[in-house]
Amino acid sequence: MKAVEVNDVSKRFGKVEALRSVSFEVERGELFGLIGPDGAGKTTLFRILATLLEADGGTALVDGMDVCRDYTSIRSRVGYMPGRFSLYQDLTVEENLAFFAALFGVDARDSYSLVAPVYRHIEPFAKRRAGRLSGGMKQKLALSCALIHRPSVLFLDEPTTGVDALSRGEFWDMLTDLKNSGISILVSTPYMDEASRCDRIALCNDGGILGTDSPVRILQRFDSPLYAARADDMFALLGAARKVRGVERCYPFGQSHHIVAGRDFSAEEFTRELSWLEGLCLEPVKPAIEDVFIKLMQK
Amino acid sequence: MKDTVISVHELTKRFGRFTAVDRISFEVKRGEIFGFLGANGAGKTTAMRMLCGLSYPTSGRGTVAGFDIRSEGERIKRHIGYMSQRFSLYNELTVFENMNFFAGIYGLSRQETARRAGELLERLDFASERNTLVGALPLGWKQKLSFVIASIHRPEVVFLDEPTGGVDPLTRRQFWEMIYEEADKGTTIFVTTHYMDEAEYCSRVSIMVDGRIKALDTPEELKKGFKAGSMDEVFGMLARQARRGE
Repeated sequence: MKAVEVNDVSKRFGKVEALRSVSFEVERGELFGLIGPDGAGKTTLFRILATLLEADGGTALVDGMDVCRDYTSIRSRVGYMPGRFSLYQDLTVEENLAFFAALFGVDARDSYSLVAPVYRHIEPFAKRRAGRLSGGMKQKLALSCALIHRPSVLFLDEPTTGVDALSRGEFWDMLTDLKNSGISILVSTPYMDEASRCDRIALCNDGGILGTDSPVRILQRFDSPLYAARADDMFALLGAARKVRGVERCYPFGQSHHIVAGRDFSAEEFTRELSWLEGLCLEPVKPAIEDVFIKLMQK
Repeated sequence: MKDTVISVHELTKRFGRFTAVDRISFEVKRGEIFGFLGANGAGKTTAMRMLCGLSYPTSGRGTVAGFDIRSEGERIKRHIGYMSQRFSLYNELTVFENMNFFAGIYGLSRQETARRAGELLERLDFASERNTLVGALPLGWKQKLSFVIASIHRPEVVFLDEPTGGVDPLTRRQFWEMIYEEADKGTTIFVTTHYMDEAEYCSRVSIMVDGRIKALDTPEELKKGFKAGSMDEVFGMLARQARRGE
């Protein structure tokens, strides 16, 4: 039995097609990432899977149960952490935890070993009101509350959005620990560099899925030669590079510009034509998830 | 020598016993893209609010666009542009109506508004969307529109607070090209971001830790100084030194 099965799910809000026949599966014990920008349909998908919204078409199963027919049983088996902070701001940290435990009819102490790796970080603030926690601490409390009833599947909608790069890394370490304890996790993120932390990913854009695979195999889908170019004046390089024969696409990529080479591209010709740019260098480079995403977006 | 557009000296903000911003000093020159980095809770937002004339410093001094941040906050507001991380245009107004509205707030005349709106629409290649409701635009377009509207009154400095959060990788790059162009024309850009690849695009970067500026230089020099391969590594090394919780 798969943890999640989504078949041809569609959802429309008025004129907006939020989901256009989306299909994918999450294996048991897998850490699966929905990677994509705002407006891709990630939140709509989570709401359907968490039985809070009905799809217009298609079927979705969680733990083998249908999201429409078996919604009550699903609700007790999944942990859902929405993108917006949705705990009680005027309850303290420990009151929130006790509240969610009571809601699911469990004793918070029985789940302590599961919740501890996350809850430990905020335990010193147990008496503080949730509304007075920092962003990172709220996120850890929300995750603790989503885990309190020992769910078999965890849905996390953009848990790292707006979080600094270092704290994001720590959050993913916690997710890896949870996965290793046997929980299946479906998590979404707009930060493409987080894709490598997942077992498998689906690249989502504009209501559809551009591709589903392991991060390594998604990268293999980038089938054009790719180069990194640098020059002292990076802005001038950007405009000039785009005019060179065989350059299909050139865009900023951190410290360098990435150049997607077409059939008539020649590295020698490129460096010769742009030799007027001080400090010019060009070298082949391996694609990153964003390169693949940009390429698939164009198709 | 280039003009100084932002200059702060020992700027401090305390809330009760908590020192959110602790004696920060720096200068930003005209046309620079200044990256203002820091972990959550390092004090970036508080510092930025003081620079925008929205919060009064506990001590220290500074000027923005030539105006004193202690005594001329209202004049600062007229001379800067600000784009918040939350979308702040009016969804129920059209593209042009939004431009007209913000131009009105900044006191542009009717002729000036018409001219500026025309320029901006052309620059965005948006002329056909002039009368489209902003709410109906894709997110990436909205972000680009927010940016040009933040500069409708030709401010000397534009403050961008995480302008590319949640934006697709292609639009994120188009957005940075707009920033480059604007800086090239002499507008000073002050920007915060959690995308470390974007830190590489800045002329200079400052990194705040526990209310203090712990590093400030060009990305190139910072990487050299910290013997790091990328700004992501530099950021990680500094952010790990943080003592105070968020």
